[in-house]
Amino acid sequence: MYFSNDVLEQTPKLRKQWEDEVKKAIEKQADQKELWSTVSDLEIKRIYGPEDIKDMDFERDIAYPGQFPYLRGNQVTGYRGRYWTFRMFAGMGSAKDTNRRWHMLLQQGQTGLSTAFDFPTLMGYDTGDPHARGECGKCGVAIDTLEDFLQLVDGIPLDKITTSMTINPPATVLWAMYCAAADRQGVPLTKIGGTIQNDMLKEFIAQKTFMCPPKPSVKLISDTVEFGTQFVPKWNTISISGYHIREAGSTAVQELAFTLRDGIEYVDDVIKRKGLDVDSFAPRLSFFFNSHIDFFEEICKMRAARRIWSTVMRDRFKAKDPRSWWMRFHTQTAGCSLTAQQPYNNVVRTAIEALAAVLGGTQSLHTNSLDEVWCLPTEHAVEIALRTQQIIAEETGTANTIDPLAGSFFVESLTNEMEEKAWEYIEKIDAMGGMIAAIEKGFPQMEIADAAYKYQRQLESGEKVMVGVNKYATGEADAIPVLDIDDRVETEQMERLKAVKRKRDGKAVKRSLDAVRTACNKGENVMPHCIEAVKNLASLQEICDVYREVYGEYQDPAMY
Amino acid sequence: MGERKLRIMVAKPGLDGHDRGARVLARCFRDAGFEVIYTGCHQTPEQIAASAIQEDVDVVGLSCLSGAHRYLFPRVVELLKEQEAADITVIGGGVIPDQDFQLLYDAGIKEIFTPGASLDSIVEWIRNNVKPS
Amino acid sequence: MTNTDKIRKGDVRTATRLIRNIENNIPEARSTVRTLFPFTGKARVIGLTGAPGAGKSTLIDSLIALYRKRNKKIGALLVDPTSPFSGGAILGDRIRLQRHAEDPDVFVRSLATRGALGGLSKAAGDAVHVMDAMGKEIIFVETVGTGQQEVEIMNYVHTVIVVIVPGMGDSIQAIKAGILEVADIFVINKAEREGTERLYQELTSMLNMVDSFPGGWRPPVIRVGSLFEKEIFEDNIEELSDSIEAHYRNLVEKDLLGNRVRRKVTAELNEALQYSILAPILKKLISEGEFDRLIDKVLRKETDPYSCAEDIAKKYLKPQSLKGVEK
Repeated sequence: MYFSNDVLEQTPKLRKQWEDEVKKAIEKQADQKELWSTVSDLEIKRIYGPEDIKDMDFERDIAYPGQFPYLRGNQVTGYRGRYWTFRMFAGMGSAKDTNRRWHMLLQQGQTGLSTAFDFPTLMGYDTGDPHARGECGKCGVAIDTLEDFLQLVDGIPLDKITTSMTINPPATVLWAMYCAAADRQGVPLTKIGGTIQNDMLKEFIAQKTFMCPPKPSVKLISDTVEFGTQFVPKWNTISISGYHIREAGSTAVQELAFTLRDGIEYVDDVIKRKGLDVDSFAPRLSFFFNSHIDFFEEICKMRAARRIWSTVMRDRFKAKDPRSWWMRFHTQTAGCSLTAQQPYNNVVRTAIEALAAVLGGTQSLHTNSLDEVWCLPTEHAVEIALRTQQIIAEETGTANTIDPLAGSFFVESLTNEMEEKAWEYIEKIDAMGGMIAAIEKGFPQMEIADAAYKYQRQLESGEKVMVGVNKYATGEADAIPVLDIDDRVETEQMERLKAVKRKRDGKAVKRSLDAVRTACNKGENVMPHCIEAVKNLASLQEICDVYREVYGEYQDPAMY
Repeated sequence: MGERKLRIMVAKPGLDGHDRGARVLARCFRDAGFEVIYTGCHQTPEQIAASAIQEDVDVVGLSCLSGAHRYLFPRVVELLKEQEAADITVIGGGVIPDQDFQLLYDAGIKEIFTPGASLDSIVEWIRNNVKPS
Repeated sequence: MTNTDKIRKGDVRTATRLIRNIENNIPEARSTVRTLFPFTGKARVIGLTGAPGAGKSTLIDSLIALYRKRNKKIGALLVDPTSPFSGGAILGDRIRLQRHAEDPDVFVRSLATRGALGGLSKAAGDAVHVMDAMGKEIIFVETVGTGQQEVEIMNYVHTVIVVIVPGMGDSIQAIKAGILEVADIFVINKAEREGTERLYQELTSMLNMVDSFPGGWRPPVIRVGSLFEKEIFEDNIEELSDSIEAHYRNLVEKDLLGNRVRRKVTAELNEALQYSILAPILKKLISEGEFDRLIDKVLRKETDPYSCAEDIAKKYLKPQSLKGVEK
């Protein structure tokens, strides 16, 4: 029992006194609205007290940092040892343009790199493919061959800095390029660190950058986990993501549940398919959450995530190594909470969301820029976003102590509630036969579509407020400088690709593509062959076309 | 009995798969009494134009969040014109900066809706500016 | 060139606009359909029915691909339900056929039921005629698939395919009897799932219990597996199309084609009569407020619906023409 009997005897009386006063006060002045809930529609009570968490057991449920169930964090030293990584998601135009932005961010004090690719790259197409017309460099960097990638990491010491790459269907190819680039720099694979997002299940659920069907997609992911375990021990080969699920409109609980259930699916697959021992790869699994505008809901979500995952790893998968029980996650502040109207308000939103992520104990953080509703961020806007993190770290005192909100009646109660609701979803998906089965039935997709629709209706009715949009709107446009990606980037990139194709050894390319194909057909690990192929300057699409050929292309059943 | 119902296509051209807005719009247009042809994501402008003609829609609503609107939106208008369907109204929304609006209007997009535009305002615009055939 | 000529030449714009006018009950549309009528009867019409989520659209997509390899010109009518609250509809079946969007010989048209029961739109019948007159050789018609009252599909097509999926609560007992009688071909879709064997057995036992089938045609049960097991899937689709061909041949050989067509025309004539006779009368009654007055009278028990109808019939129909007709 968390509280002594004495305390629990006192509370009902005091509470009743308070409730009586509330009744009187309400009679004089009614509440502004009847229902007070989170942005995800979780109802919140007017007050929380010891009685709300009376069944908690301190050792079992809360404990200290570095102790199971890791509610209060994995690291015993908290942020005093090391702040969360300031890792700003960045990519635009050509590899040269992005390299410039990367150096600027590093100079301004960011401590980790994060790569945003353009849509053709994300979808496994080269610049110039008919599918890719008009898209080159618009929402991230265009990478077609290793030559581009080398320009991207020019001047970046790959043994000193970790890089995250937001890439999914072609993750094997981009990671192969990274490994090849490290090799060029003379850095052994044992020394490079970073993350590839590489989470296809959430693509089928929410983000919709897909290429091959679910089963072969998961197979490719297992290949990377196995390769990383053997050769690239400091690399996180998967970032199991909830960010996109949330951006697609899910509730916080759905984000939590679907993400963790995706994690369970991957662990299951790696164990079954590769026969690996869970402790050999689990410590390198990582997660990626959204930090949305409802401050406490996000903090509680992240705390609940740690507690659920540690339980899953220890009890369901019987992992023995405590590092397998840790949940390590990156966070990004919520893009969908930003507004086009009165864009400077977005600085405030991002700051609050970033603070929630820090109080939630994130290992690494990206903060959105105020102008991202319109376009990729300008230098000035991204600088403010980075400063936001630095101010939180250095000025606010939030990093002074670990998990400062622990013990709060409200925070512990909400954490418990979210965990409980998440388990319900996890068990439901288990009963459906797992996440892939659930996706085939359309279950998570429909849950998200329903939640998104409901939220939109609430916005339209004014039940939910977006300041500057449906309340305190001024109807005037705030003119802010907006970044423009020149359309010439596409033509220049196509020229570059042509030049590479002219100079490379066509026979070597063909041989290496054949090797990839054989590995796919035989169910072998594709990674070594990918690395060979990219070194021979095979293009991204050439390799992805092999995957498409062998595995087929996914046809979205499109739930609406 | 017969009623002239407005037929609207909600389409996502290009590689952008962020379809939250498109799907919410589809439901809301249905609630407004329109018949909505929803063609999902990853459609080429060619597919969109051909479908719009087959379905005899009054409006095509394009959604793009990847920044590729400068090419994709005008291309749809161009294709409709080529196939003698220039009477189909084309509107758009997504991540589109102010500075691109004029370019798109010049190319024949009749209206752009930015994030935060209320669904009611979109429906109202359609009702005021498009008559079902 | 008249609209009729344009449609006969395969002009999609004119055809789709005509279908729209039919949906909207524009009188000129009916007369255009009349002019097209003599040029119909060449297309083969294949109907697909089954619960939502059974995968009907995906099957149509694959069948289209197959028939296109054989150079057949295709039409498809995909029906989705109109919302009873708003009168609007989301017509999303087309998503699964989009790879054919640019194929000039494939014409896909989505229809909303607009309140019609039976899983189809009232305009479906005439829409089939339009596609037929365009020169489409195969026309697919997909119903809404609520699983109830879907027998109407029989009236519009030559071959009815009923699509079931294992594990969707689709045990035979759960399916309304009407659909089972309607089926010319059963497809167990997503057959890689659990429950396929049992479903197959149930269907087979049920079919075994039938004494004789019309025209001697025992509906085959075809299993179609996962879309992602490409080779097997394509074999399954071939098997399905072979059944479709076999069924049509059976209709022709046993001279049953005439029956189907007759059934279709019967339904159409019924509908046309309703349109020409009943609808105008109703319209007049409603617009004059007479309809409401009659309702009030019935509520006050001053009269009953049957007497009202007799009175109206006497008023609007020549009494001599109905002499000798038993009620």
